[in-house]
Amino acid sequence: MSVASIRGRSLLGLADLSREGVLEVLDTAETFVEVHSREVKKVPALRGRVVASLFYEESTRTRLSFETAAKRLSADVLSLAVASSSVKKGESLRDTIATIDALGIDAVVMRHAASGAAEAVARYVPHVRVINAGDGLHQHPTQGLLDAFTLRQALAERAGVSGPDSGASLFAGLNVLIVGDIRHSRVARSDVAVYTTLGARVRLAAPGTLLPPGVASWPVEVVDDLDAALTEADVVCLLRLQRERGSGTFVPGLAEFTRTHGLTVERHARLRPTAFVMHPGPMIRGVEIDSAVADAPNALVERQVANGVPVRMAVLYLTIAGLGREAG
Amino acid sequence: MRLVVRGGEVVGPDGPVRADVGVEDGRIVVVGPDLEAPGDARIVDATGCWVGPGLVDLHAHLREPGHEEAETIESGARAAARGGYSAVVAMPNTEPALDTAAMVAFVQARGREACVEVAVAGAVTQGRRGELLAPMAEMAALGVRLFTDDGRGVEDPLVLRRAMEYARGLGARIAEHCEDERLAAGGVMHEGALSGRLGLVGRPALAEELMVARDLELARLTGCPLHVMHLSSARALTLVVAARAEGLPVTCEVTPHHLTLDETAVEGYDPLFKVHPPLRPRADVEALVAGLAGGAIDAVATDHAPHAPETKDRTFDEAPPGMLGLEHAAALTLEALGGAAASAAAFFALLSRHPARIAGLDVADPRSGLGAHGGRVAAGEDANLVVFDPRRRWRASREDLASRARNTPYHGRELTGRARALLVAGRVVLDAEELA
Repeated sequence: MSVASIRGRSLLGLADLSREGVLEVLDTAETFVEVHSREVKKVPALRGRVVASLFYEESTRTRLSFETAAKRLSADVLSLAVASSSVKKGESLRDTIATIDALGIDAVVMRHAASGAAEAVARYVPHVRVINAGDGLHQHPTQGLLDAFTLRQALAERAGVSGPDSGASLFAGLNVLIVGDIRHSRVARSDVAVYTTLGARVRLAAPGTLLPPGVASWPVEVVDDLDAALTEADVVCLLRLQRERGSGTFVPGLAEFTRTHGLTVERHARLRPTAFVMHPGPMIRGVEIDSAVADAPNALVERQVANGVPVRMAVLYLTIAGLGREAG
Repeated sequence: MRLVVRGGEVVGPDGPVRADVGVEDGRIVVVGPDLEAPGDARIVDATGCWVGPGLVDLHAHLREPGHEEAETIESGARAAARGGYSAVVAMPNTEPALDTAAMVAFVQARGREACVEVAVAGAVTQGRRGELLAPMAEMAALGVRLFTDDGRGVEDPLVLRRAMEYARGLGARIAEHCEDERLAAGGVMHEGALSGRLGLVGRPALAEELMVARDLELARLTGCPLHVMHLSSARALTLVVAARAEGLPVTCEVTPHHLTLDETAVEGYDPLFKVHPPLRPRADVEALVAGLAGGAIDAVATDHAPHAPETKDRTFDEAPPGMLGLEHAAALTLEALGGAAASAAAFFALLSRHPARIAGLDVADPRSGLGAHGGRVAAGEDANLVVFDPRRRWRASREDLASRARNTPYHGRELTGRARALLVAGRVVLDAEELA
């Protein structure tokens, strides 16, 4: 049940997206990187199209980069400030979407605390493209795509090749280690999907309480010995403790979490010199990642943020431009 | 003879036998072939149908008082009639809860105006808060035979122990919603690989199994009859079967949805499929279906749980658990029993005889004013009868429901088997699927 391309479709998650579909996004994003270096950072690709931005949960980078991406593509952005909207008066998700839809939109970018909320919206307004900007513990597909994009960019630079020319080859057998609160992380679910689709070997390290139920059925290896796994990793991805989802009660305390699973300076020293460090943000410096490590030369954290814009431009462009007006 | 049920297969101990059933003054007066009916007698056509005791639902949420927007006793009773039920047991998790004689009397009074008989299950604890015993004796004096805090179980083992010791002396049975809410941890679906992938918090089967194990031991200690409601895990069924083999006074029910749907139904995050206990993996469903045919399960009960559209139409996390059951349960039970090959005896045992006995509805009770249900189709018995067509094919539809609510997970499903007529205390309340 693999989806070959997101062109003209909603993007709800990465579990079903084929390798070709992922590479199409990454390659399209490469073409938009160049826009950033222009004096006038804008292309007319989505002129006359309307993108609604609907964030039920707080967000800094995802919201800003989506809205920036839409504007660089010349789309009109309807940005609903949920906190000061009718949602606060008890309006249901279905009615809110219907209201926005009535204004005439091509796509909605939504973040919501409930897993499956993006699926629900796609069911409510099947003629609108839904781009999931994070739903509960489920998926955060554009984060997974920008993580893969960033990693390919860094690997390609080092290898002296072009990212698009390399396809997925740089991921073959790549040892990706994801560390931290996997259970509550939608980023982990999207990252696991995109990295395994591209051919990487994914390992997970977490306290037993922060592994998701049924992880044995995931296409990953769960490692108990983090220190040994670090010496073998090509890239290590840190995840914060999602205390807003109750994960504070899953470990005895932050200090103990740092001791067992934080990327401290000592642990960082165990990494191969070629290994990269990634973090989807927001970082809690001193807990899952030491401040010095976050700023180390092999950390790709700032690049991940910067790449959010071209990758989200690619996603908006592919999902909307493939959509005929008559379909609405 | 005022009424003759003509041409059906009368269900009896030796299998269905072709016979007519004559009814007068609320009772069966004669059963035999080709009865002669007086000219003014009403004839109910039962050709090609089973004629058996009216079905009895152990587990219906009728929502009145408190949530009449979702269901009333009147509308719930009509849904029951269309499902072939002559009696339903109304659950006490209304607002306020049915935890006093006054509340029980209110529901009984409304029930007397409804088209099927409505028995009341009383709450075990005051306000269903799990802390202080509800006045079970004063409710028992009104004929209440089943006590439960359903919606949740009694979490505190000391409170449940006292409730069972107290109920035993009243000749009552404690029915439990077995899920340890602490272990369930606010989960919304079965915990497993699928919940991990969907990012939904899981309710582990262990939450059910531990509570079943605990309750069985309390039944052993107190000698109080225990009824395990909506059993959904294969392991929990094994525990119940073992306890019964040891002679413990335990019975169990399963729902039509746990027999016919598995956890994969929630993959699209449609809250219609959200229910507690949750839909389980295929292996559990298969164990329940095997237990149904093998006699390990005493009864099929609906857990009919109406919800107004605006409460169900939310995200999966926010929507309340529960689904409609009364109007489709008989066909789904027949399906789980193997369809056309199903025996009428097994069908009526699971849907009428056993549940009537568990609810204490097998004998008429002047305290509640309710007649006898789930008995034999024989002269002298109360005329609570269903004419059920086991071969009738139809399609479930959310547009075609007597219930006020629309939250059926079976919309569009092909069903086989439907009630053609229903007699409650000798009165025809359903004939050829039209409400009389």
